Amino acid sequence: MAILNEEQEMLRDMARDWATNESPVTAWRKVRTEKPAEGYSPDAWNTMAQMGWAGVVIPEEHGGSDFGWMSAGLVVEELGKTMTASPIVATTLAASAIVLGGSDEQKARWLPKLASGEVVGTLAFDEGAHHGGKTEASVSDGKLSGTKAFVHEAHGASLFVVSAADGLYLVEKGDGVTLSDRKLTDMRSHATITFDGAAADKLADGGDDLADKVLDRARILTAAEMLGMAQQVFDVTLDYLKQRVQFNQVLASFQALQHRMADLFGDLAMMRSAVEGGLEALDSGHGIPRAACVAKAEANRVLHTMSREGVQLHGGIGMTDEYDIGFYLKRARVLEASWGSTSYLRDRFASLAGY
Amino acid sequence: MATLAEPREANTDDAFREEVREFIAKNFPPELKGKGNALATVEGPAQEGPAEKAWREAMGAKGWGVPTWPKEYGGGGLDRKQARILQEEMARAGAWNPIGGMGVMMFGPTLLEFGSEEQKREHIPPIAKGEIRWCQGYSEPNAGSDLANLQTFAEDKGDHYLVNGQKTWTSGGQWADKCFAIVRTDKSDKHNGISFMLIDMDAPGVEVRPIQMISGMSPFCETFFTDVKVPKENLVGKEGQGWTIGKRLLQHERTNLSGGGSMARLMGSSLADAARKYAETGDDGQIADPVLRDRIADFEIRWQSFLLTAKRAVEESKAAGGVSEISSVLKKLGTKLGQERSELMIEIMGLQGLGWEGDGFEEAELAGVRAWLFGKATTIYGGSTEIQNNIIAKRVLGMLDHQ
Repeated sequence: MAILNEEQEMLRDMARDWATNESPVTAWRKVRTEKPAEGYSPDAWNTMAQMGWAGVVIPEEHGGSDFGWMSAGLVVEELGKTMTASPIVATTLAASAIVLGGSDEQKARWLPKLASGEVVGTLAFDEGAHHGGKTEASVSDGKLSGTKAFVHEAHGASLFVVSAADGLYLVEKGDGVTLSDRKLTDMRSHATITFDGAAADKLADGGDDLADKVLDRARILTAAEMLGMAQQVFDVTLDYLKQRVQFNQVLASFQALQHRMADLFGDLAMMRSAVEGGLEALDSGHGIPRAACVAKAEANRVLHTMSREGVQLHGGIGMTDEYDIGFYLKRARVLEASWGSTSYLRDRFASLAGY
Repeated sequence: MATLAEPREANTDDAFREEVREFIAKNFPPELKGKGNALATVEGPAQEGPAEKAWREAMGAKGWGVPTWPKEYGGGGLDRKQARILQEEMARAGAWNPIGGMGVMMFGPTLLEFGSEEQKREHIPPIAKGEIRWCQGYSEPNAGSDLANLQTFAEDKGDHYLVNGQKTWTSGGQWADKCFAIVRTDKSDKHNGISFMLIDMDAPGVEVRPIQMISGMSPFCETFFTDVKVPKENLVGKEGQGWTIGKRLLQHERTNLSGGGSMARLMGSSLADAARKYAETGDDGQIADPVLRDRIADFEIRWQSFLLTAKRAVEESKAAGGVSEISSVLKKLGTKLGQERSELMIEIMGLQGLGWEGDGFEEAELAGVRAWLFGKATTIYGGSTEIQNNIIAKRVLGMLDHQ
């Protein structure tokens, strides 16, 4: 755990208390059953926004708290532990695209609404099953056309940050924007969106690499959610091994299992360091692209193993829908494939390092 | 927000940096630039020429070989920030720390914590000046991973102990002046019957035999004690407290060994540079074999995470005060990654990376083979990986004793 300042500790404790008491995994089960149109509980999202979590990386002059990325990561990590369904990552990323590339007018128009939770934003970048393929969406005369695949939190969003061949654009839900459901194994909100001559407002002030900058933030913040998930899988698995009796002994007393848990503990330590390293890079502004590859590649590697081992170490009960661990396995794979698979990130890391 | 204290502090740091630069310019012999030998602790004392001697003495006089140890015992008395400045400036000048070894890494910190005032005054300054070499008398033929099973016995003879028994894997035993050892003073209690004592290696009855290793080097020894007299004042702490003291020393050992990486670094150039030299690159300068390129990136990403973890452990233990249980995690991870790196490097170099002697091999290539083979010891010594796993499971994760 990074050494936190007082403000960050308060924020983390608040998020932890709320997630544990008000948004445990049973809250996610309820969302899954009741299927609200947004894909999350609007009440829960309102509460989160009132606590200021939507505006953690938004400057104070635009209604945010400007606490920084480490703080945003702490909140997202705690929410990841309890599988809280919310558009907090998507909205934070959309807001950061505007902070990085928006004009004064765009910032003044959108950031206060994103910070207050009134507007939910999301990124619409990828066009196929894999992150990092071609971008064919294009804009002419301020009208954007193209198809974006598997957009996170699309159902609750009214503002899309869309990548086109010549940069990033803001598109509002409305004329020329059509959603079609793509339910994935995690049962969260995902949709394919077709833009057909939708009014688009370019983020023109972020430089040629604005999309890369936003993607680095997507990788790191997603990795923070994955860290919360990995930590939780580790903790509940350890608890389970300590109480489950077989052959008249608790499972935790078997050396074969102890050593596997020690391996997972070492992996978790590496993942936490990588994720915190990414968040620190964002706050300091140094070495961000490389740190983003490290954070997400480690998050992919460790959560992959952790979620597999979590199910295996729980035995048959881990296979049941009644038990929570399966949620983590299913969401893990969706996040692993988002914003860069492990091999994609290794390729990018090697290219950044010049080999 | 700027405060009045900040500029003053910055000035103090700047002044210290200036002092370090002047010291290095005046004392570091330019011909020694970049010639620090990271394998020195296992290869034995290199021939110390006049330049090396002068540099060691200059650093020893300042106490900067052990920068954060207390000044009263010959240390540098620097705070962490100053120590970092010292390190940065030395690196910039290609200078290296001529003072190291087990006295610095393991024994010194432990004696500072558990030793009597007399013992600290006697033993710490010579370590700080690099005048003395210590070795570790821990493992025995039947007490390796089960270290507390040790049998070397110290019989109380009133004013001294009479020590009999055998130690093994005594790193650098043939070059050491003194040995910090754990020995049995009570046969009836496995853990509370162990004491920590200091033994002169030139005392009558001490015999050392080097063991040749698969790497061709002989840095480890068997050490035999036959009726060796050890004065009572050489007992550290109380009789029976040796297991506690010995374990604390092992935490220091783990923390240092976790740089398993440092072994890996001996392989010299980066994996990517080696791939460019020994394998093929495309027109774009990329490593031509995409699988190899992927594996190098995979390793480098995990290595980066390990370095961040080591940095985090330092920050956290500093915040909590003292060495932490995380030392087991670092030792386990660092040594594994170090070995992985060596293996990958050998693979990249092909047969050119497996030279043993003779023409056709660069010095660095031959040294790399030794480092690769010697590196196999890193997951065995200092508490094997399996022992670290037991420690993590039991002490950190609170899993029960295995049956």
